[in-house]
Amino acid sequence: MSKPAGNCPNCGAPLQFQFSSAVQTTCPYCKSILVRHDVNLEKVGEVADLPADPSPIQLLTEGIYKNKSFRVVGRIIYQYDQGYWNEWHCVTHQGESLWLSDAMAQYAITWHVKPQEPLPKFGQVNIGKKIQWQGVTYEVFSWHAASYVTVEGELPFEYWDKQKCSFVDLKSADNHFGTIDYSEDPPLLFLGEYVEFDSLRLKNLREFEGW
Amino acid sequence: MGIPAKPTPSVKSLNCPNCGGTVQLRGLGRSLTVVCIQCLSVLDTTTPSLQVIQKFQAKERIQPLIPLGTRGKLRGDPYEVIGFQARELVVDAVAYQWREYLLFNPYKGFRYLTEYNGHWNDVTVVRSQPEVNTSGMRPTARHLGQTYQHFQHYEARTVYVMGEFPWRVRVGENATCDDYICPPRILSREASENETNWSVGEYTKGEDVWKSFQLKGSPPPAIGVFANQPSPSAGSVKEAWTRFFVWTLLLLFIQCVWAVMLHSKKTVFDQRYSFTQSGGAGTENSFVTDVFELKGRTANLNVQIATDLSNEWAYFQLALINADTGTAYDFSRQVSYYSGRDSDGSWSEGSARDSVTLPEVKPGRYYLRVEPEMDTATPATTARSVRYQIKVVHDVTTWVYFFIGFFLLLIPAIWTTLRSGSFEMKRWAESDYGSSTTASSSSGDDE
Repeated sequence: MSKPAGNCPNCGAPLQFQFSSAVQTTCPYCKSILVRHDVNLEKVGEVADLPADPSPIQLLTEGIYKNKSFRVVGRIIYQYDQGYWNEWHCVTHQGESLWLSDAMAQYAITWHVKPQEPLPKFGQVNIGKKIQWQGVTYEVFSWHAASYVTVEGELPFEYWDKQKCSFVDLKSADNHFGTIDYSEDPPLLFLGEYVEFDSLRLKNLREFEGW
Repeated sequence: MGIPAKPTPSVKSLNCPNCGGTVQLRGLGRSLTVVCIQCLSVLDTTTPSLQVIQKFQAKERIQPLIPLGTRGKLRGDPYEVIGFQARELVVDAVAYQWREYLLFNPYKGFRYLTEYNGHWNDVTVVRSQPEVNTSGMRPTARHLGQTYQHFQHYEARTVYVMGEFPWRVRVGENATCDDYICPPRILSREASENETNWSVGEYTKGEDVWKSFQLKGSPPPAIGVFANQPSPSAGSVKEAWTRFFVWTLLLLFIQCVWAVMLHSKKTVFDQRYSFTQSGGAGTENSFVTDVFELKGRTANLNVQIATDLSNEWAYFQLALINADTGTAYDFSRQVSYYSGRDSDGSWSEGSARDSVTLPEVKPGRYYLRVEPEMDTATPATTARSVRYQIKVVHDVTTWVYFFIGFFLLLIPAIWTTLRSGSFEMKRWAESDYGSSTTASSSSGDDE
């Protein structure tokens, strides 16, 4: 699979895409947010300064999920009342998009799913509400209003300059995890499961002094 | 694309905006609040200036048993103590306080150690949603294939905080909690307005905590029985009964082999008689039987009497007499059988047959002297009569040894069960389901 390449329209730096279907990326040199239109890149904004970032994962971290190797190519950072959380955008060797979320060092792998029935509206979801998708019963355990902080790297869709993002998190009795992202209309559904940090066999992690 | 990052320093030092003292941050940006250990101000770590969120007064400073910044190894991974809080619940105006240590590893995240009266739990956040069932007498929660019994419902109030927390900690904050137990594990539900969190704890001995964190001295002794403390005889009750059943089966097998292989069970005498009570009391009705021979070894002798008695009794005075030496073994049997019907249905009492086993009868020639007797109390409106059969069997199987063995085996099993039962009583006395007056064994708080 040939990886698209280009130059940053802002600073001219050469950019190499890791993910052939990337719609958006950021320039690591001038911090521009760039949206891809075929071969052209358009600057749409600039990334905010990254917050003091606790995640041990970084761009180009590699791991294995269900016998599929993946590489971290981008992320969205959100802030909510419990702090920051990262949705790391990963691409498998087959070119699929996966999301590895790190919220308070709890890790989950999810992927975008198109629900058969419309998703409930944000105000209609209470803690304890049960919803079935793909034969799994999920239960709402948390809802929160989050705010978009910034993005980094390659994403499968345009995502920048968001304001309020509301989320509903769900889990099943058997380790499944789901999240409904109300930042789009209609909302987006991501389903997957909680993962043990060790099970992903991550390489190229960040280093923390003394650890 | 990424610019290589330098290793992130693990401790960040800042100054408390309230007292100017040094505040150390060990959570690598994972924490939301930090408490200044000098002035007990709760500070917001997400603001560059460490904005003061709350100042609290503590009657006395609580010193954590594991100091902040201590590293230890739990489940193979290093963890550092970065936060400490004391919480309490109030039952009948008595406050019960426990301590929680927040542990952090930059890759593995958070876990907790909780301590109450010297009992420790290694706690992690639960990821699979437990399923609560409230249809029974007591609620249960199923989690990862295990059923947890509801233990108690309470309001937990934070009374003291130190160090860092990944949530906005406040002194005085309440959470509604429910504990479910399946020793050695405890499943806890903490509910607030927009979030319900479950955590699971595993009972841990103080010594193991001391070893993990290489602490000096010895841990405080565990007082009383804790909710999810494993019973010292929990496994052994099942084991004791398994052992009991295995040995009983073995004994039964030996008994059967013994019965088949070793006992001749030879009928040496079998005769039918009939008897009619005539005359008043004191009338001699005795007779002697034919002589029969006991061959082989010294063995027991089973004398069986079968009658056709119905709503009557008969009394048999018997003697086994050696025909050669004249030695006599005297014995007697009362046989009675009553039956009828009443408002509760049909009933019966006694049996129309009886048997007796004489032990250790030497071989030789013997006969029986038999003296039957029946009721003479009522006037002789009807003559009382009985037909009966006497059968003598040499060398029968007795169950005496089996039953001795059976009861000896029963003792340890019952003992273990009782001991475990008393442990469970102490455990549940502290729960919502214990007798309320006895739930007070925790007066010795260790501060």
